[in-house]
Amino acid sequence: MNRKIVFATLVALPCLTTLLPAQADENYRAKAIAMIQKDFKPRGQADLDRLAEDGVQAICNRTGNHPPEALAKTLEADQMASVKWPADGKLMGDWKKGESLAQSGRGFTWSDKPGLPVGGNCYNCHQISPKEVAYGTIGPSLLHFGKLRGNTPEMQKYVYTKIYNAKIYNLCSEMPRFGRVEALKPEQIKDLVALLLDPESPVNK
Amino acid sequence: MKTLRILGALCTFAVTGGLYAQTADNIDHAKAAQEFEKFRAEMEDSNPAELNELKGEELWKAKRGPKNVSLAESCDLGLGIGKIEGAYVQMPRYFKDADAVMDAERRIVWCMVEKQGFKFEDIAKKPFQSPNDSGAPDITNLVMYIAGHSRGKPFAVDLKDPKVREVYEIGKEIAHYRAGPYDFACSTCHGTDGKRIRMQDLPNINTKEGATKAVMGWPAWRMTGGVALTMQWRMNDCFRQQRFPEPKYASDTITALLTYLTANANGVVYKGPGIKR
Repeated sequence: MNRKIVFATLVALPCLTTLLPAQADENYRAKAIAMIQKDFKPRGQADLDRLAEDGVQAICNRTGNHPPEALAKTLEADQMASVKWPADGKLMGDWKKGESLAQSGRGFTWSDKPGLPVGGNCYNCHQISPKEVAYGTIGPSLLHFGKLRGNTPEMQKYVYTKIYNAKIYNLCSEMPRFGRVEALKPEQIKDLVALLLDPESPVNK
Repeated sequence: MKTLRILGALCTFAVTGGLYAQTADNIDHAKAAQEFEKFRAEMEDSNPAELNELKGEELWKAKRGPKNVSLAESCDLGLGIGKIEGAYVQMPRYFKDADAVMDAERRIVWCMVEKQGFKFEDIAKKPFQSPNDSGAPDITNLVMYIAGHSRGKPFAVDLKDPKVREVYEIGKEIAHYRAGPYDFACSTCHGTDGKRIRMQDLPNINTKEGATKAVMGWPAWRMTGGVALTMQWRMNDCFRQQRFPEPKYASDTITALLTYLTANANGVVYKGPGIKR
């Protein structure tokens, strides 16, 4: 599934990029990419394939993270198509597990053990539970997320897919695509959905 | 005498640093940042990095390497052979003999290889100090010494030189290049004012103020692990957190980023090697 979409994006990319406005710094960008390609070495789990842009990254890099709307919509729909759902069909798990996952910022660096469970990294960028004061501010505050929005099936689906792949809703979002890159499994994402939407979660107290 | 004073400072660090770490969770962010800044400023006039500067001075003046020459009598940091006053804040710069734009550390490495006959691979094998090492690598001590001789001088990367300008523009592109499993670029975390990760403030490197925060105080004695580290290390560890593979030591990519950062801080007075958390 993933491979198919990557392939489709690769085929579509040359067509799409010709539609983009010409950038004055295209020359420097080409030189920067050539420089990056020669100046890194693999270490631990971080192989050189991480240096290549996928379709979304390529478009965001070439438009200063402001892609033309029509293009963004097409690629966002592609991202949605690759979402994998939990086997039991339920989208809310255990908020307590979600909280401990949200605390962990480990995973995917060259110094992390491959195969080690990857953290949700949530508190790195978001305020979530009022009990945790050491939160980052790159993303919006999620305090009282469910209290303010309810936990209807539609809201559960939105939160699940947003965490699975934030690029579905904002192609050049700064948030990683945790499900898409298989950092988090569907079961773990369910626990994070519960952290934000379960009325018993401290987030909604 | 000076050594004793610095050792005293190290002990104070161990105690105060520990206290600081213990209470950090219980006090609010602004107060924590303020407290640390006060503590850091008090300590900076007896920075343990002064020991590294002293070692660097010996290394700079000693005849070393297979060719048995000193850097003082052979190495041109852009102002003439052996001239070091204000050299650090004017790098990265273009060096005709190497036909390349080089940052300070890379230039010193170049001199060690070309003038003293050391092998690049040997220097690049272990270029950064780890917490359990008995001391910093020679190259770190040399960078400390050279940086110390730009204390009180403004950053002055020459963007009128077209070769420097080109590397600056490439560095800007690299700072905005998103890739890897998390789609991170430098600017994902360092591209907006007033953001932080957990409690850590994130300077916006695209602004003069933010770039100043990024380059000021480096090279540094770092409280975490008690190690002396350079900007080459700082860039290396940023790429680790970006989930990228490892940048090669003293590579063009690192020079390009350092050109972008340092030039963005042009005009700001450099305070010399500092202390980092």
